[in-house]
Amino acid sequence: MTRYILQRLGYMIITMFLIATFTFFLMKFLPGTPLSAADKLSEEQQAVVLEKYGLNDPVPVQYFNYMVNLTQGDLGISFQFDNREVTTIILERIGPSMTLGFQAMVIGTILGMLLGLISAIYHNGFLDYGSTFIAVVGKSIPSFVFAGILQYFVGVKLGWFPVALWEGWEYTVLPTVALAIFPIAIAARFMRTEMLEVLGSDYITTARAKGVNKFGVVFKHGLRNALIPLITVLGPLAIGLMTGTLVIENIFAVPGIGEQFVKAINTNDFPIIMGTTLLIAFLFIFIILVIDLLYGVIDPRIRLAEGE
Amino acid sequence: MENHKPSKDLFVPVERTDNDSEKINRPSLSFWQDSFIRLRKNVGAMIGLFVLIALGVMAIFGPYMNSYGEFEQDLSRAKMPPKVEGLGWLGMDGTLSSVQTADTLEKAEQKAYMRFNNQEEFITLQTLNDGSNGQPAEVEAEYDVYAAKGMEDQSFWFGTDGLGRDLWTRTWMGTRISLYIALLAATIDMIIGVAYGGISAYYGGRVDNYMQRIIEILVGIPNLVIVILMILILEPGILSITIALTITGWISMARIVRGQVLKLKNQEFVLASRTLGSKDNRILRKHLVPNVLGLIIINTMFTIPAAIFFEAFLSFIGLGLPTPIASLGTLIDDGFKSLQIYPHILLFPAIVISLIMIAFNVLADGLRDAFDPKMRE
Repeated sequence: MTRYILQRLGYMIITMFLIATFTFFLMKFLPGTPLSAADKLSEEQQAVVLEKYGLNDPVPVQYFNYMVNLTQGDLGISFQFDNREVTTIILERIGPSMTLGFQAMVIGTILGMLLGLISAIYHNGFLDYGSTFIAVVGKSIPSFVFAGILQYFVGVKLGWFPVALWEGWEYTVLPTVALAIFPIAIAARFMRTEMLEVLGSDYITTARAKGVNKFGVVFKHGLRNALIPLITVLGPLAIGLMTGTLVIENIFAVPGIGEQFVKAINTNDFPIIMGTTLLIAFLFIFIILVIDLLYGVIDPRIRLAEGE
Repeated sequence: MENHKPSKDLFVPVERTDNDSEKINRPSLSFWQDSFIRLRKNVGAMIGLFVLIALGVMAIFGPYMNSYGEFEQDLSRAKMPPKVEGLGWLGMDGTLSSVQTADTLEKAEQKAYMRFNNQEEFITLQTLNDGSNGQPAEVEAEYDVYAAKGMEDQSFWFGTDGLGRDLWTRTWMGTRISLYIALLAATIDMIIGVAYGGISAYYGGRVDNYMQRIIEILVGIPNLVIVILMILILEPGILSITIALTITGWISMARIVRGQVLKLKNQEFVLASRTLGSKDNRILRKHLVPNVLGLIIINTMFTIPAAIFFEAFLSFIGLGLPTPIASLGTLIDDGFKSLQIYPHILLFPAIVISLIMIAFNVLADGLRDAFDPKMRE
């Protein structure tokens, strides 16, 4: 197990290094400098600005500096906002993104599991078809389309929740729902398949034969065993949510990482683009690692298989 | 119940020969025929298939069904609501409506007229609440945009956008481009993935080892990041979006093909073929790939909606196709800008993209079941 973790950590570091290198040189190829909008500056002034961003050094030196700073958590200075460090900007904005992602994840998986459970219990019944339909539609309809529907009908027509901005609890409702539809769909589909398989297995028949009531069979014997494989979908779910927040934050004007990222793309603010890219990449890799390890820890069958 | 016992002389022994007992009564079905029969029984998948065919036909012929061009701008007809002769009951009657509330009926009416530029002759008012029962007065105003602009003889089936471009034409042109990007990306993914996975598994040993190490590193890089970075250097365009989508897209295909080929390559029919003198190339093409084809098709069917989603997603974060090209993504992005007052601009592309995504997913699910021999009855 230790060897496996070390190996995975090794891969993680290599991947992060490659991504950082790749993004760095990519940004060097892109047109645009912090001077783009300031052509009127004299040559001396331009030199001062370039010096401030360390852009006068040869590229290899810049690369070395960037990498050294990166290991210390310093992502450079933003082009767009004068003298503001990228790390600070990102830290300020990580809160709303995390809130949204976390709420959507928790609400989505719980609701999805319930739907899947209902499907499996009433297999091939009306409720099963209903929740399967919800799952297919939820998986297919892009989150931004769903966000539009919510914004127009719930926000504008009914006026139940604010349409945009970020000023309190009620502002999180619509974006959370828009994001949660994806985890609901995925968890429901997955739960249904797993639960059907578990309910058909021998130990369930045994439990039933011994007189355990339906409730006990489903929740005590069935659900617990069906939950384990659910961990495997948490990774793709979290990644799906990260992709989703990029657009959802823009639609609902949430001051999070995603909104900042899109702004940075539109203003060629390379330090912020790089910083956010690295952050997204890091989260992505980290989540996959944690879930893989968690899976091994929770399911005794996997641990046994590795021990052999 | 009384038990009737039929007398024995009612029975005549069947004439049986050896030939008959070995006779195969059911028609022999190939894998594909069998799968197709199962697919046909799957109602959802068939509906999905028909929806896709219908949308495909519309994407090809839709833009030519009226006389408005894709890039034909005319600000005098900007943001016209949809109007289809005979579909007025669906709300597609070319009018805009708005509910206004105020303290008194008079004020509410005034507000309602104001909302539509005071063109009273084209506004029909309907009083929802005259304000006499203590609640604020409510008035619903219906504004006939086509009459107000003197365009009664015209009808924009899906309405027009902010620059007066016909949304019917643009929606189907956008569908065409989105489908084109998705199909192209899926095909390239398929070719690279099958070649990579097939070679890696078939040759095995050191080749496989190195090729898998490369995949392991690539898998770790989030495709979201790669796609965005690629678009940044390549400049948005149909080709660059396709390339960006394929850069990481082929990996899952390669993994699936590799797993399957590893399983198949040690089976007897491959050995037999080899004994008969087949070269590697022939074994891969004639024996291994056809046996993996089912999985390849299913995986491609799931790649296509994913590619459509990513194209739309890129438009959203400002990396989509450059204006004035229409794709479902750029149209939806555009629709959000005036969602509150003119929801029709968002509505139609959103419906089309949702239908495409649902249809592909349902069809892919159906195919997966159909190709699974365990589901055979």
